[in-house]
Amino acid sequence: MWKIISIELYKIYKRPRTYIAFGAIAALIVVIQLGLKIDGESYAGFLMKDINDTLTVDGKVLNGYLVCYILLQLLLVHVPLLVALIAADMISGEANLGTLRLIFTTPYSRTQWVMAKFIAASTYTLLLLIWLAFLALFVSMWIFGTDDLFLMKSNYVVLIQGDDVLWRYVGAFIFASFSLLTVTSLGFLMSSMANNSIGPIVGTMSAIVFFTILSTLNIPLFSIIKPYLFTTHMNNWKEFFDLQVDANNEAIKGSILNVAKIKTSLIVLTIHIGLFVAASVLIVKKKDILS
Amino acid sequence: MAVIEVQSISKNFGSLTAVDQLSFSVQQGEVFGFLGQNGSGKSTTIRMLLSLIHPSSGSIQLFGLPLKEHRNELLEKVGAIIERPDLYPYLTAREHLKLFSQVRKKQITTADINATLEKVGLSHRSSDKVQTFSLGMKQRLGIGIALVHNPELIILDEPTNGLDPQGIADIRHLIQYLAKEEGKTVFVSSHLLSEIEQVASQILIIHQGKKVAAGDTDKLLDPNKTIVHVTTLNDEAALLAIHASSFAGNLLPRKDGIYFMLPKHEIPMLHKAMVLADIALLNVESKNSLEDYFLQVTSNSN
Repeated sequence: MWKIISIELYKIYKRPRTYIAFGAIAALIVVIQLGLKIDGESYAGFLMKDINDTLTVDGKVLNGYLVCYILLQLLLVHVPLLVALIAADMISGEANLGTLRLIFTTPYSRTQWVMAKFIAASTYTLLLLIWLAFLALFVSMWIFGTDDLFLMKSNYVVLIQGDDVLWRYVGAFIFASFSLLTVTSLGFLMSSMANNSIGPIVGTMSAIVFFTILSTLNIPLFSIIKPYLFTTHMNNWKEFFDLQVDANNEAIKGSILNVAKIKTSLIVLTIHIGLFVAASVLIVKKKDILS
Repeated sequence: MAVIEVQSISKNFGSLTAVDQLSFSVQQGEVFGFLGQNGSGKSTTIRMLLSLIHPSSGSIQLFGLPLKEHRNELLEKVGAIIERPDLYPYLTAREHLKLFSQVRKKQITTADINATLEKVGLSHRSSDKVQTFSLGMKQRLGIGIALVHNPELIILDEPTNGLDPQGIADIRHLIQYLAKEEGKTVFVSSHLLSEIEQVASQILIIHQGKKVAAGDTDKLLDPNKTIVHVTTLNDEAALLAIHASSFAGNLLPRKDGIYFMLPKHEIPMLHKAMVLADIALLNVESKNSLEDYFLQVTSNSN
């Protein structure tokens, strides 16, 4: 099995398309970091304008941790689209090229090939996330320095001490890996049903947009299905940045406000990954290779 | 031993029957020619032999074992090229051979890969990406992938597609070498009937998914039933003279020219008789070829 996983990884490594997503993420992050470096203080001032009269914040509000949070808020919505470029092409791209014939006449079963392809696509997704983490967190820490993380939520503010932040990012990135692997498996499922690359890529993106809209609409009819939609759970990495408070309304260091929500989201996302991959295997196993 | 044993396989795509109750067997060491017009079900059959398409009914055995149950084990012994030489444009020829060597249980060395590149005439382009290759070069690489693991059964679907005359001759020699010198079983389909005629010892012709002819190439192309096409300056005058000759009974009732059916050894006598009858001969052509036979059996079954 390792042999065919390494073949799939090698093919991803050699494809020019692979590097589009890495380049796009780097370009976006660099542009945002540059903008914040040049004009970050006015941005921070804009964020704080409503509370400046009631609260005095010492230290460096616009530090590497805040910049990383801003970047993740912006990018974790778009990274799935970049992931779809590769994941949704893994099977259909080969069907389009005609190379499915080559790999499916080797002494490995279709299930083994599909699993190898999924593992390779997942590896790509995780590498993309590590790249994102490196640029968004570590490069931002290097450029902007570190301090306490000051976050403005809808009707309250959160202040996380500097030495209590890094592990939260580790948690958030692990959570994000589940979100992106869900997108990978969805793209993979779409890919198993088509014989061209464009359809599954557009299909995956459309499905994400469609279900995101359903997840965000506050209409009672959709409230019933919302808890079961993967898009409802994909952005719950933010839960790592909400703290519990004690009786004096003081933040408890090292705490997370809603651990159960994170757990539920991880379970829902894992179930989605399992279902999407199992469906892909079944479809490919039954498929006549006519391309 | 039968390397391929196909029994009553059929394949339906909705209401279309692409392959209909097809049975045949291929013996070890044979070059087996598989013929049929476009859309006759050749590629569907080949895809079923390679488990790319699931038969609607019937059974396939390779090396005496059912393909369905022993797929992985059996495909280890098979090398194939199917229709077009579809490859990864961003990989080189050598990378293709390396990758497809890795999926085999046999240890395939760099020397084996070099030998394969040499065998298919791609040594000088081994480091070039496939996107720079001509169709013929891709076809050669496809054949290289089929051969790199030294398989016992080689299935070649239209292996001469896109090749120039020299390339076609090379593939013909390669097939003959693989069968005669290395004892491989070669199952080959091609629309170049003259090529099949030169290499195949057994032939199967299918039409609209059904078997219409099968057997030894020599027996199918019966020398006692050679068709001879005669071209003259004046067919009308020639026919008058022929009707008066002893070859009148061999004349075929065709309107597109003067055709005879007669034993091959009588052709010189026919030639002499027409010269003696003062017929202005332009050409006497023996048509006892696979192409004629193929056209005959496929048109009969329409």
